[in-house]
Amino acid sequence: MSVSILYNLIQVLVVMGFSPLAIGVLNRMKEIVQSKRGPSIFQPYRDLRKLFSKDEIVSDESTWIFRVTPYIVFVAPIFVTLLIPVLTNYPLFWAFMADMVGAGFVLALAGFFAALAAIDTGNPYGAMGASRTRMVGFLAEPIFLVVFFTVSFVANSTIPFIVQQKWVTPAANFFTPSHILLLIAFIMLILAEKGRIPVDNPSGHFELSMIEESKELEYSGRGAALMKWGGWMKFFVLMIVFLNVLLTPWGLAATTRISAVLLAIPLVLLKMLIFILFLVAVESSLAKLRLFRISEFMSAAFVIAVVAMITSAFAH
Amino acid sequence: MTLLQNLTPLITNLNALAGGLFLVASFGIVATRQVGDCLRYFIFQSICLAASAVLMGIQPYSPHLLAVGAINLITKVGLLPWLLRKLVREEVYTRREITQAVSIPSSLIIALMLTLAAYWLSRPWLNAAAAGGALLINLPIGLAGLLIGAYTLTTRREAVPQLLGILAMENSAFFAGVAVAPNLPLIAELALAFDILILTFVMGVLTRTVHEKIGTTAVGRLTQIKETASPHIEAAAARPSGRK
Repeated sequence: MSVSILYNLIQVLVVMGFSPLAIGVLNRMKEIVQSKRGPSIFQPYRDLRKLFSKDEIVSDESTWIFRVTPYIVFVAPIFVTLLIPVLTNYPLFWAFMADMVGAGFVLALAGFFAALAAIDTGNPYGAMGASRTRMVGFLAEPIFLVVFFTVSFVANSTIPFIVQQKWVTPAANFFTPSHILLLIAFIMLILAEKGRIPVDNPSGHFELSMIEESKELEYSGRGAALMKWGGWMKFFVLMIVFLNVLLTPWGLAATTRISAVLLAIPLVLLKMLIFILFLVAVESSLAKLRLFRISEFMSAAFVIAVVAMITSAFAH
Repeated sequence: MTLLQNLTPLITNLNALAGGLFLVASFGIVATRQVGDCLRYFIFQSICLAASAVLMGIQPYSPHLLAVGAINLITKVGLLPWLLRKLVREEVYTRREITQAVSIPSSLIIALMLTLAAYWLSRPWLNAAAAGGALLINLPIGLAGLLIGAYTLTTRREAVPQLLGILAMENSAFFAGVAVAPNLPLIAELALAFDILILTFVMGVLTRTVHEKIGTTAVGRLTQIKETASPHIEAAAARPSGRK
């Protein structure tokens, strides 16, 4: 049992330690595709160090929500990390606490507080960004639900450790339409949920068109660092869910030996690198959608998710 | 033969996957704005159809269906897009259609309802036939594609997407057909493929003529049939496209 807790801690450390690296690699590769040099892949770590050593300024008009939100945004992805298979394909000590729906709920809670905090200071851009995020969020909600319905149809469970085995036993199951369509819908969901390019431009600095970032505008110093780090960890956790639960459960530790768990770290990072290459291709070849076309993007994802559900529900 | 038997679940799943992607392509034909993208979705749908035919030709082995797959690839992926590109001027393909009768999210939801209806409608046949794997996938998806194609016809206002709606209906009928009647005489398939080409040719020429006469292919605006140039149509032609 103590080993189980130790592995849980290793999982958390991996998510905390490598999430800035994933973002750094993603940004660097996008710049390279655009024929630029781009910042070092370790730039996010430097940003964090800089922000942590700076003073934090909090508006007098703000309430406790503004102060407490960075901690919630920072802790929520860590909490989810305890529930999902990051390095092992068997449940660890804390995994009994919630299933995939519960993990989604925890992430939604962080999003809820971030939206409240954005409105809290009275900055007009914050409120605008918060309302836009909610718009994207409520369009994403039915997709989340239908994806979970499909998963529970196929695997009779929403526990990620059971789900991940279903897609590959037997191996031919990998090609079931529900699986492939689910993957497409979930990628679209990740893009929308994390404000990547067809929905929002993460590298844009124009407040009027911001969706995701404008919620962090008022934060400085430690608060800004925690918000940024929390956002990167959420992205990392979503990628982990996609890769380890839905796409490829291979490369995870199957035994309780420490060497197997440590070996899983580079394998998972390798999978993630390949996925990041794919994301770079998507983000470099698409343009940002106008605000009112986002609903079309999301309804396309919804339709794909429902088709995934129909083909799995009626095929047996 | 044992190798093929081992592959059976894989082939069933791949056929199901072709079905799922076929359905997604039908949704794409309803929902994309750009005419060129619409054509690309149609090509993708035809590839899925050919893949399904070939997969069913492999297991259970039937040279017939392999030939059907090949005919489909040649006519619908090769000849038909070439013919359309040749007949209708390039500027039509880059145009975005923004005057659909129903907005795109609503269209997608309606298409989804049609899909559910297709599954519900094909339920008794599937039960009655005590269906094998392929029919279970192909019949409802083909029926859904048929309904969505018909819906495309009613909601799109550009000539080329309307044509693609008809062709998507034909594709869907084929998709169900390869599972329902795998041993249709090859001559029927050939005649059908030829028919499609003629249909495309006629529609293409018609579209081209419409384009030359009134300067647009948004046939949804042509509400009157008159030989003399009516002021309504001239006004529609004079306005820049996209404004109503």
